[in-house]
Amino acid sequence: MLNKHDVIEKNSFLMLILIVVVISIGGIVEVLPLFRIETTIEPIKGIRPYTPLELEGKNIYIREGCYNCHSQQIRPLRDEVERYGHYSLAAESMYDHPFQWGSKRTGPDLARVGGKYSDAWHVQHMMNPRSVVPESIMPSYAHLAHEGAHLDEIAADMRALRKTGVPYTDDMIKNAYKDALAQARNESDDFDGLQARYGTPFGHTVNARNFDGQETTTELDALIAYLQVLGTMADFKDYEPASDVGDKE
Amino acid sequence: MSEHNVEKDDISGVETTGHDWDGIKELNNPAPRWWLMVFYVCIAFAIGYWVIYPAWPTFSGDNERGGTKGTMGWTEYKQLKDSQAEILARRAQYLGRFEKASFSQIENDEGLRDFAVAGGKAAFKDNCATCHGTGGAGGNGYPNLNDDDWLWGGKIEDIYQTIRFGIRSGDDEARLSEMPTFGGMLTPKQISDVADFVLSKDNPTTPTAIEGKQVFADNCASCHGEKATGGREVGAPDLVDAIWLYGGTKADIMAQVTKPRHGVMPAWEHRLDRNTIRELAVYVHSLGGGEE
Repeated sequence: MLNKHDVIEKNSFLMLILIVVVISIGGIVEVLPLFRIETTIEPIKGIRPYTPLELEGKNIYIREGCYNCHSQQIRPLRDEVERYGHYSLAAESMYDHPFQWGSKRTGPDLARVGGKYSDAWHVQHMMNPRSVVPESIMPSYAHLAHEGAHLDEIAADMRALRKTGVPYTDDMIKNAYKDALAQARNESDDFDGLQARYGTPFGHTVNARNFDGQETTTELDALIAYLQVLGTMADFKDYEPASDVGDKE
Repeated sequence: MSEHNVEKDDISGVETTGHDWDGIKELNNPAPRWWLMVFYVCIAFAIGYWVIYPAWPTFSGDNERGGTKGTMGWTEYKQLKDSQAEILARRAQYLGRFEKASFSQIENDEGLRDFAVAGGKAAFKDNCATCHGTGGAGGNGYPNLNDDDWLWGGKIEDIYQTIRFGIRSGDDEARLSEMPTFGGMLTPKQISDVADFVLSKDNPTTPTAIEGKQVFADNCASCHGEKATGGREVGAPDLVDAIWLYGGTKADIMAQVTKPRHGVMPAWEHRLDRNTIRELAVYVHSLGGGEE
């Protein structure tokens, strides 16, 4: 019986058919769960798509390879929850394409870094990490403060993300540039529009201020805007883990 | 294999597979028995695992989360709850009393105080040390918490209030004050004079410092006090002591008068639980400069 593979090895057409069968089984096992992926996302209030400025910050985060040293997922383990806050939910990264969970923590986890430090701290830390954290081995990212944020193309990013299921509206895409500039200023006539699109419907106030303290809107503004919103969207007030409420919604 | 290749290798006495590459023949050794046993045990273990733990996704209706649950009903969330309950049980000896005790009761109860300081120290390292330094020594723009110079008050209740709501944090209850930008209101000479006055520690001897005293009285005294000793109700620093938040050289002082920096401390009310914030307040108060 075990020696029957002679037959397969000597009949290339039969072998081809059997190869297709075996690979299909493997493929189906890997692909099928993806069709049900949305059922693994526990619903929670408050999650919204990133504003244009935050999205630009996320692009910079990816470009600079921050994920190589920083994770963005707090696991449901006691010591992580004590240090970083509530464990991360799938819903919190459902609009991240690609998600930034990471797999390495040379630096601390950033899933809930939003609001933990002041903007001035972030600026100083990006300029010279060791000036605030003496034992840090993070490189300096001072160059971000000299580079204007490329916001004129951010609407194209949003259109692309919409194709992956991020609910950007036509209104959001049309006003992307204006919203991005409004968010990077302490005061702006366009703030109300930004707040109406990204804040009010989700029960938040959008962080809008001059993040890096410079006149121009730089990449540093965008990155800090992104960092300051991380982990702050989810409203845990009514949240109960799925295991406590049973499987049905 | 078919009969024609039951040929045995002369040296090892093992059957060959009959495959022959330029005179090199492949021996047909079976996998070692121990290896096969481990392999089969792994398969059996996997099947047992599927039964006991959540493993396979299932197809359920819309808006239902599908998946086998496993006979033990294990979830990561329950595991977290159990481990948290375990540590709470260990802390319960103190925590029950700590929750109900007022700050003055905690101060007078050595056990509770040690408990709070130990807990506060750990929380400080996770949350506060990034700005205030591991030992609370602060830095340029971040107040030193070891000294007795307090911007917003050094009683435990004051510290508790500051930690809960922060400073210029955007929270409704946050401590809030803003030094005006004197750059456009005073002339450069006036700013230079007032810096000389501030450096004289309210004892002006040079002509410029004496002129600066009048500028100070007109513009600064309403917050920093007649004698420049500061005003805590508005977080105005004491300018007579030797402690400087943004540097104590004349250039530093002129820069701060011209275009003041306004430090922001986040509000911790929504990030840390009440007990942790209380522990932090007791810890910071214990660092050296705590006021009664």
